[in-house]
Amino acid sequence: MSDITLNAAPKVAEAAPRTAPISQIGFVGWMRANLFSGWLSTAVTLALGYFIIRWAIGFVDWAFVNAVWSVPNNQTQACRDLRGVGACWAVITEKHRFILFGTYPFEEHWRPALCVALFVGLYVVSAMRRFWRKELALIWAVTLAAIGVLMWGGVLGMPYVPQERWGGLVITLILATFGLAFAFPLAILVALGRRSKLPAIKAICVIYVELIRGVPLISLLFMASVMFPLFLPEGMNIDKLLRAQIAIILFAGAYLAEVVRGGLQSLSRGQYEAADALGLSYWQKTGFIILPQALRLVIPPLVNTFIGFFKDTSLVLIIGIFDLLTAGKTAIIEPAWQGFGIEVYLTVGAIYFIFCFAMSKYSQGLEAELNRHRAR
Amino acid sequence: MSQTTIDPRSLRAPPRRPLRLSWSDERVRAIVWQILVVGLLGAILWWLWSNTVHNLEVRRIATGFGFLSREAGLPIAENLIPYSPTDTYFRALLIGFLNTLKVAVVGIVLATIFGTLIGIARLSKNWLLSKIAGVYIEVIRDLPLLLQLLFWYAILQGLPGPRQALNPVDGVFLSNRGLKLPWIEWQDAHSYALLAFVLGAVFTWFYRRDAIAKRILDGRPRPVWPMALGCLVALPLAVWAAAGAPWTVDWPELRGFNFRGGLNMSPEYFALLLGLTTYTAGFIAEIVRAGILAVPHGQWEAAQALGLRSGQVLKQVVLPQALRVIIPPMTSQYLNITKNSSLAVAIGYQDIVSIANTTLNQTGQAIEGIAIIMLVYLSISLSISLFMNWYNARIALVER
Repeated sequence: MSDITLNAAPKVAEAAPRTAPISQIGFVGWMRANLFSGWLSTAVTLALGYFIIRWAIGFVDWAFVNAVWSVPNNQTQACRDLRGVGACWAVITEKHRFILFGTYPFEEHWRPALCVALFVGLYVVSAMRRFWRKELALIWAVTLAAIGVLMWGGVLGMPYVPQERWGGLVITLILATFGLAFAFPLAILVALGRRSKLPAIKAICVIYVELIRGVPLISLLFMASVMFPLFLPEGMNIDKLLRAQIAIILFAGAYLAEVVRGGLQSLSRGQYEAADALGLSYWQKTGFIILPQALRLVIPPLVNTFIGFFKDTSLVLIIGIFDLLTAGKTAIIEPAWQGFGIEVYLTVGAIYFIFCFAMSKYSQGLEAELNRHRAR
Repeated sequence: MSQTTIDPRSLRAPPRRPLRLSWSDERVRAIVWQILVVGLLGAILWWLWSNTVHNLEVRRIATGFGFLSREAGLPIAENLIPYSPTDTYFRALLIGFLNTLKVAVVGIVLATIFGTLIGIARLSKNWLLSKIAGVYIEVIRDLPLLLQLLFWYAILQGLPGPRQALNPVDGVFLSNRGLKLPWIEWQDAHSYALLAFVLGAVFTWFYRRDAIAKRILDGRPRPVWPMALGCLVALPLAVWAAAGAPWTVDWPELRGFNFRGGLNMSPEYFALLLGLTTYTAGFIAEIVRAGILAVPHGQWEAAQALGLRSGQVLKQVVLPQALRVIIPPMTSQYLNITKNSSLAVAIGYQDIVSIANTTLNQTGQAIEGIAIIMLVYLSISLSISLFMNWYNARIALVER
């Protein structure tokens, strides 16, 4: 082997390494690149910065500095004297139990509070991938039954509370969670039906989905509140909450079915053909091969759809069911507290936001995790 | 061009077997299952129907749509066409339908503009602008629309009365009676000018199509803009000037306890429009952002390498591809605005749902009232999706 000598350049004293100029790195460099990269960008940054600071000072003044936090026994004069320069958080101090629990008996408020905790626990457990197995259905059944027992009472020394007195946050969670628990199996059946080769079954599923998706939820809720009683034989009656729940299930079923169908369509034909080649029956093929893959694909859009329903349960306000938003709206009907809607809606909004934001962040994280094998 | 050879055996029709009356025959199973499902569903529907008929008889509720021609006697605050409480239910429902369209159409236009701006802001290189757009999108999408509507309505109701109305710009008044804007006094000349504009637009469209067709033949560019300028600006202006060029602005002014003149937006309409626009804009922004990101960077670079100007890059290369991704989800947002406008009933804007609801309370004819609501929304939904499907098919990728 011949020795190859690279033509050595005349030796120069190695320059001592220098740090990059201060204007290119660190905080200053970041600001130059991201906030002041040109005259337009600079102008936008300055204008936005000015508005944000002004708005933030105004908000802090209104919400904290000038705010009234409590008033003695419904004397709202102190709040009225503010004339809008400060928030009247006294309405929350006074009414927070009513907004959270509605007309549930005051001494028994620990029961709906415990139910809310159970619901949150159920969501957290369902969100963890290590619990994604058959036992999860059992956990759901047991928790939902426990919630029913807690809310109604009448056993274990808990006094019976009729359903008309339930209200507040727990109703929102009941409508959303029970809605999902029943709508999801329905949605799977409808999605399978829509891709079925049997013309009659396919037609029924298509009509159901398109009909429900073409009309607003309100029309279904109206139907539940005024038409359902006409559908049933005389003497048979189901209460208002259950009727609204049925409407929400029918509504959610159609939308979830479309999400599930998306998952079914995105599976490659090879999966279906391989299952057929193995000689599996339709239900074996669906249960063991198709659904486990299809459902896993659509978990992020399912969570997004669920966020939608969680928000949509607030529509029951229009037919007079006492959910979180209705409780908030009712709290300011009393003459003494009229006109403090902004404070109440901000508080109620914060509760909705916490739930939806957590779900949305979870869905984004999950999507990134499930797609990790695709990222190269 | 390579063509795969087709195995002639695969073209043979599968052998036709005679139908065996046995559970092991797939076709028999299919028929039995379908009969079972349809029969069960039919039985349930028939049961519900017979209950309903019985209940209606027992409660002596009339059926049919005869009530539509009766006098409604319900006052409606906002009407696009003349209405008085002595008019029929049909006319009242028609007004409700027009009110729904009024809020939905304006909402769709505003939400598209606003949402596109936010979507572009979200992609901005300016960190602050992008973050603000991101926070807006996240917050607005995580709050129920109904809550937002009630919130806006509460804010509008908390505004001072007409005498102390906020007056940000000359002629614009914001008070607890709603928003007042100056508006030109509509005269015949304006209608003629509008007609000229529409005719000009139709002509320009055909002219452009013709210019493109000719350009494809010989490759010479034929600018469309002089003709467009003439038809869309000069022609309407000429018609307007020929009709006497009337120009009177109707300024709102305080008379007694309320405003007179100008364009009036009731607090209900304003709150609904504001809520629908800001809410849907959050969703549209995400769609626009995803659409722009869906165009690979190589497409921009390739178009620039071909020597296209930056406007051409956007118009000829990027937008056609981005629109393909944007149109289908945008359609469902437009449908959502229309369906969500039904929340008007919660803040007292008299749309079709609100008026149909009052009607069914007054007449007791629940089934007919709800059927009307559903029919109206189904037909609106169907028309929007037909139109958007047509548009989508027009811009869809044509594969060889």
